[in-house]
Amino acid sequence: MDSALIPKGLKRCPFPQFALWIGAWSFIMLWAAIAAVIAWAYGLNTTNLNDYFGFGAWITADLAIIALGAGAFFTGFMRYVLGIDEFKNILNYAVIIGFICYSSALAILALDIGQPLRGWFIFWHANVHSMLTEVAFCISCYFTVLAIEYIPIILENRQLDKVPTLHAFSHNLHHIMAVFAATGAFLSFFHQGSLGGVAGVLFGRPFAFRVHASIWPTTFFLFIFSAIACGPCFTILVTRLTEAITRKKLVARNVILKLATVSGWLLVGYLSVKMLDTLYWAAVTLPKMGVNFFDMYPQAPFNLWILIAELGICGAIPAAILITKKTRENEFLLILAAILNCTGICINRYVMTVQALALPVMPFDKFYNYVPNWIEWITSLAPFAFMAILLSLSYRYLPIFPQEKELNP
Amino acid sequence: MLPFVFEWHWDLGHVVFHGGLWYALSILGIGMTYVSVKTYFDVKRGGH
Repeated sequence: MDSALIPKGLKRCPFPQFALWIGAWSFIMLWAAIAAVIAWAYGLNTTNLNDYFGFGAWITADLAIIALGAGAFFTGFMRYVLGIDEFKNILNYAVIIGFICYSSALAILALDIGQPLRGWFIFWHANVHSMLTEVAFCISCYFTVLAIEYIPIILENRQLDKVPTLHAFSHNLHHIMAVFAATGAFLSFFHQGSLGGVAGVLFGRPFAFRVHASIWPTTFFLFIFSAIACGPCFTILVTRLTEAITRKKLVARNVILKLATVSGWLLVGYLSVKMLDTLYWAAVTLPKMGVNFFDMYPQAPFNLWILIAELGICGAIPAAILITKKTRENEFLLILAAILNCTGICINRYVMTVQALALPVMPFDKFYNYVPNWIEWITSLAPFAFMAILLSLSYRYLPIFPQEKELNP
Repeated sequence: MLPFVFEWHWDLGHVVFHGGLWYALSILGIGMTYVSVKTYFDVKRGGH
């Protein structure tokens, strides 16, 4: 039925099977759309966000998705700026994953601000003393970069490529893609950092506040480091999942292993700096603020186990697996390490927002917990459905894996 | 966002923040314009 659109020489599943797959994910998207309409129509009081928890599931999802999407800019940076040629075989997919992550993050932000019709205020009436302004500027610009990077991939579709103007446009865009990739890398480094900066400057929240280097708290640098350490692992994870679903080899093993090695060493670097930062925070910053380290981990779910889970189970273990050749080459351990690495980053983004708000800071404050309601859950999980749909459409109709023919003779 | 908006001030914060934004937008704009113009001439010349 749609065989004219499928890349030449590549096999895809029958159209009815594909339609059923897309339909199943679309159901989740529809459910999320209904939740979004309810939140917009009746306001944020339809969620479990309140005056105490202004940041909740949406911000956690936002920060986590943006960190996981860092594989796009960092793979582009390694390919175009550092000139590591092997990554051209996974770059298209990394760009699409990044595009999905950033568009999802922007969609969730449109919900979180409550009144999306006033979303443009942050640009027009910008508060230049706010880290969030920098985040808004950089995310919007970087999303534009990702859209520009996605255009030539779309234009490689068999039918679109036959149109001379589109073919020429795609060809010319490829020629200067390094400029866009470098701009994207610059924007990404800054907004990943500023997202961390938002937490680190909260001097009224001892859990989040960190020592500053000039105007930047250490969380600024830690967020950049953690994003580039986990982004490539998320790209590996999605690629391997795609291979499992399609039952095909799509990217050569040496490319995956190289990306895993890079991710592993970055994770080692991040964990080293993070440990030092945590020690300084526990030994110097917190006592200066009149609290001690154990006050920060008073009770479940925010007890010491969450720190052990973040830095030990989901930090040190995947780092050890990824930097050791023998364990990295074991498929099961590689996937396990990628899952743990991504989970660790999600825990980090969760504690830096929700735990920071949950801990009482005033004498009259109590310890409150926060559990998202169904509107927040479904809209936060919708990016997975969106990812499944867009990746499926891209895989079916676009030649996104340059090695697919060679690996599946 | 722009110097003629009433809350604009010629201070370091505004110049750095908005300068950075316009710098990034300019690169994207110039890049896309270059690609569009080159495509127009390539197609006109029958180069592709």
